[in-house]
Amino acid sequence: MPTPYGPKADAGPPGLAAKLLGFCEELRSEGVAVGTSEMLDAFAALSEVDWTSRADFREALAATIAKSQDDRRVFELIFERHFFRTAEAEAVQRGVTEHAEGGPPAGDGERFDMDELSEAIREAMAAGDEDAMRDLARLAIAAFGRAEGSGVVGVDVQRIRRTLGLTAGSQPPGEDGGERPPIDREQLTGFERHLRRELERDLIERTETLPPSRPLAELDRTLPTSPTQDLAAVHRAVSQMKRRLATLGHEQRGRRKGQFVDVRRTMRASLETGGVPLRLRYRPKRPRRPEIYVLCDVSTSVTSASVFFLSVLHALHDSFRKLRSFVFIERISEVTDVFEHERDFAAIAQRISSEGGVADVSGYTDYGRVWLEFLTEISDDLDPRSTVIVLGDARTNGREPHAEVFAQVAERAGRLFWLNPEPKLYWNYGDSVMAAYERYCDGAFECWTTKHLENFVNVVAGAAPAAE
Amino acid sequence: MPDGSVAEVKEALAAVGYLADESTALVSFLAQKLGKPVLVEGPAGVGKTELAKALSRATGRELVRLQCYEGLDEAKAMYEWNYRKQLLRIQAGGEAGWEDVQDDIFSNDFLLTRPLMQAIASSEPVVLLIDEIDKTDQEFEAMLLELLSDFQITIPELGQIAATTMPIVVLTSNDSRELTEALKRRCLYLWLDYPETEREMEIVRLHTPDLSETLARRLVEVIRMVRSLDLKKPPSIAESIDWARTLLLLGAEDIDQETFAQSMSIIVKHRTDIDLVAERVGVKLADPLRTES
Repeated sequence: MPTPYGPKADAGPPGLAAKLLGFCEELRSEGVAVGTSEMLDAFAALSEVDWTSRADFREALAATIAKSQDDRRVFELIFERHFFRTAEAEAVQRGVTEHAEGGPPAGDGERFDMDELSEAIREAMAAGDEDAMRDLARLAIAAFGRAEGSGVVGVDVQRIRRTLGLTAGSQPPGEDGGERPPIDREQLTGFERHLRRELERDLIERTETLPPSRPLAELDRTLPTSPTQDLAAVHRAVSQMKRRLATLGHEQRGRRKGQFVDVRRTMRASLETGGVPLRLRYRPKRPRRPEIYVLCDVSTSVTSASVFFLSVLHALHDSFRKLRSFVFIERISEVTDVFEHERDFAAIAQRISSEGGVADVSGYTDYGRVWLEFLTEISDDLDPRSTVIVLGDARTNGREPHAEVFAQVAERAGRLFWLNPEPKLYWNYGDSVMAAYERYCDGAFECWTTKHLENFVNVVAGAAPAAE
Repeated sequence: MPDGSVAEVKEALAAVGYLADESTALVSFLAQKLGKPVLVEGPAGVGKTELAKALSRATGRELVRLQCYEGLDEAKAMYEWNYRKQLLRIQAGGEAGWEDVQDDIFSNDFLLTRPLMQAIASSEPVVLLIDEIDKTDQEFEAMLLELLSDFQITIPELGQIAATTMPIVVLTSNDSRELTEALKRRCLYLWLDYPETEREMEIVRLHTPDLSETLARRLVEVIRMVRSLDLKKPPSIAESIDWARTLLLLGAEDIDQETFAQSMSIIVKHRTDIDLVAERVGVKLADPLRTES
């Protein structure tokens, strides 16, 4: 079912149940898994709380429907939008307008004193009084005057904000020379939201149609992340990977296929049965000990990704003991020691950039040379039990890619994975030679978020890739 | 605990020393009304476990706690047959027929109850706390499903044991792994985060009433500043309270650089963190302009 509130301002079937169903439907279309049992819970919860309190109503719905923090975030956005639209659709259909008597909203007529208004808004923002902010937003719109509006909501919001002289951060002293408290950016955004909402309401009332509903922008729905959170998420994905890699061996242990008879132990066991080898003894299967080699590109073309990659490396080092890590640009350099001796991520990043010694002359990546060096340095240690993971964008800057050397690396190593910080779309464009390398990899993945990393973990562990 | 409205629940929780915010109070209220388990997630040290304890105090119910860890199995979580006693019974039985003994040794007398069983079988209503559910494996979660949705446990030899009284179930998770959909579907969800300045101040002042208001505010501000740094382990609410008590003992008037350096180890507990905090926060405290801008 598409959302029932199209541009025609159809109010949909009456009753709260239908409205809630519509709301859940909209949540589902944004990827929140709302099952029937969740909806039943939501109804049960609503029968216990007071509907007149917006906060209680919302929390009761959230507790029963949104079951993770990501879901909660989407829930908040949809809740705001959906019930606003629903109310407006209903109003349009029933012909309810705010100034039905024909008079302009209260307080119009005399010109507003912009300074006074601005002062009142500051106070409301400082106190965090949502209701007052909403009222003041309406006053501000009235004072600003519809005639001056551009008709584009976003533009008007910014115009009004500037007219009122509201900017985030510390404030210049007022006219009387008194110091004014700084405005919190969050609060200002909150006020802008009220402005936007009221302007939209105004627009809907005039045109008597609702603008078409759009899916949420990707930017809105992702949680605001700080490097800390990212780091924690990376650690989580890697510890998951560790568990998967560790259990990989266990699965194979039970199978008889491909096992070797251990002659010595079979003969020894046959003594019990008078020298007749009744029971065969097999060589125990050793679980795969993940011996991992990670090669990480730290050149300028992957600057944005390299912090992410280094944090992946950092997390890997926390989880695996048999891990050797390398960074490369033109040359390759082993940094296992750095990671083992330094616990602090910032210090690691700094040490790598200062003493990695990987840039030679130009600072451009030279993949061909890197493979040659890697192979000579490490070839004796590579065996079918080892896993090689390359983190890089495969941009050779026009230099010889030496794919055949890479093929040798791939042949010696048990498994080889490539994580590319660029979207698949950009592979093999420009100087990217991903295709040349990809054929030798056991898997090549785009990887610039923790979600991709998790996906990679899933694939490596043999599970189906997580849905995007 | 009165359960007439959200506000009453909030008051009851406050009366036992737990200052709940709106959503916490509402979810606690719904948990009782709907009889559904509550899944509480959030960073370490925001009072997830404390919520369950407070609920038990406020309702006057006994708290049954199951601490989860990797490798926890049903023998340790639900029930176990007391096989030593069973053996004794068989040996001591002497002349009794096989039928009698067989029926006898699989009865309640030979059952060792573990926390989950205890919560279900209790004749008084209890609060069941399943702490750090994310530490267990998915199999254990699956085992919990029957308990969480129907409040019953099936023992093959005995049949189903259903709860006679409705327990309040609180599950906590540090979000160290994604819980299964099936488990989440059976629970109400509550995300607890570090409290806002005002509420944390109230909490600190509730536990250390002798601390002056200005000092409490200063303390919470510094704590928030420390939390905003990229730390291995940001200070929890419990540590804020500990720090407040320490300051009280030290007789500190204000948090200056010296006091901070002395007592910092109460709130920051990693060597690298200490360096970072000393560098960032310590310097700010020395600044006479303070941290307002």
